[in-house]
Amino acid sequence: MEDTKLTMYHLYKEMLNNYLKSKSEHTLYSAQQFSKEMLEKDMSPEEVISLHKSVIQELQQMNNEAVTDFIDSFDILLEVMIGYGLAHREHLSLRDRQRQLESELTVAARMQQSLLPSGKIELNSVDFGVISVPAGKMSGDYYHYFIDEQGHIGAAVADVIGKGVPAAMCMSMIKYAIDSLPEQRLQPAALLENLNRVVARNIDDDMFITMIYGSYDPKAHRFHYSSAGHEPCLFYCAESDTFRELKTKGLVLGVSSKVRYEEYYQDLEPGDFIVLLSDGVTECRIEDEFIDIKQITQLLRKYKHLPAQLMVDQVFSELEKIQDFKLNDDFTLLILRRNV
Amino acid sequence: MQVQTHVDINSEWGIVAARQAGRKLAREIGFGSVDQARITTAISELARNIYLYANKGQIHIEELTDSGRRGIKILAIDDGPGIKDVRRVMEDGFTTSGGLGAGLPGVKRLMDDFKIDSEVNSGTKITVIKWLR
Repeated sequence: MEDTKLTMYHLYKEMLNNYLKSKSEHTLYSAQQFSKEMLEKDMSPEEVISLHKSVIQELQQMNNEAVTDFIDSFDILLEVMIGYGLAHREHLSLRDRQRQLESELTVAARMQQSLLPSGKIELNSVDFGVISVPAGKMSGDYYHYFIDEQGHIGAAVADVIGKGVPAAMCMSMIKYAIDSLPEQRLQPAALLENLNRVVARNIDDDMFITMIYGSYDPKAHRFHYSSAGHEPCLFYCAESDTFRELKTKGLVLGVSSKVRYEEYYQDLEPGDFIVLLSDGVTECRIEDEFIDIKQITQLLRKYKHLPAQLMVDQVFSELEKIQDFKLNDDFTLLILRRNV
Repeated sequence: MQVQTHVDINSEWGIVAARQAGRKLAREIGFGSVDQARITTAISELARNIYLYANKGQIHIEELTDSGRRGIKILAIDDGPGIKDVRRVMEDGFTTSGGLGAGLPGVKRLMDDFKIDSEVNSGTKITVIKWLR
């Protein structure tokens, strides 16, 4: 017998002896603890029965009582338990395979994170913050921002309809497509039109991507934006302390290769801010009911005194809490505020 | 001298006879009761496959010695229809939910070595070995 098996044998024998003598609940409790150890040591059900049988056999020799029939009955039990043993081993190998898949997914998720922009936007004129949290390991949301030498800012939020790995693969295509269109980075409509052509060529008919793209000119204090079927962005007016949805028209990306996108603009006064979000924000659920856009604006108002990054972090953690820490969809929230 | 047994499989009786022969030899070689039960189950499944899919065939059971190690080798041969897609049959499925019992992946798990040769329309040959530890 191997060492561990021998140890298990002795422990089991002692436990069984104790129980036969005392019939105490305490011993039953140690048996329960022991079963955890057996599982940890990958002992299969048939091995457990065989262990039991050999201990009984030894006890019989000591007691010198004729319980041979009783002992032999374990042969049947052993035979029956072989099937459970197979199921047990199968479970172990499926568990290993699952672990392997999980770790592959973790690596993929890390790669995906590295596709997101990482530099900070530090300007006196603009306060910028973004948070993106996947519902699972991989995200179907994407955000993008960049800043040119004149301080112009481009910012976008995209949402692949669907979740998990397929959506994540789609997302990486969006990233590279945007990277390949440097001239249009400050022209929302032109960028969406070009992006739409790439997406229409490259994805299946059953996949859709919505996107909102905006660019901010810090000298004119003007935010230009276009939308491809995306959630409307929100505009906060500091003077009147009100929120307004910025309505847009525009087909989702990938449906048809020739689509024109309209471009809109909104002027920002100091303290005004723009909120880009994915439907993971508006479709937060509390006890099966979608939250109201009013609840989101209330949260934004509650934290508007904070810097933009802290604002998005706080709004997320509060929404996460009221949903019992279960995200139904990927969540992305981006805020761009005019400082001066 | 090495022990060799041949059992013809063409009925449920043959399956039982193969089990019996396998268990006896396993015990003589020195396998413990758990391994005896595992070996017997493997033989049972191999014999049942022959009976169900090829109608008839043989199970050969013999003792093995290899550089001091002792073991048992079981050979299951039939000239039945053969297995079209061996890889699929060997896939780690969910034997607990299937109706075919332990199946071949189960047999593989119960034993140490597993080899399968199968040709469509000419038959299947499966060799399994378990070593004494």
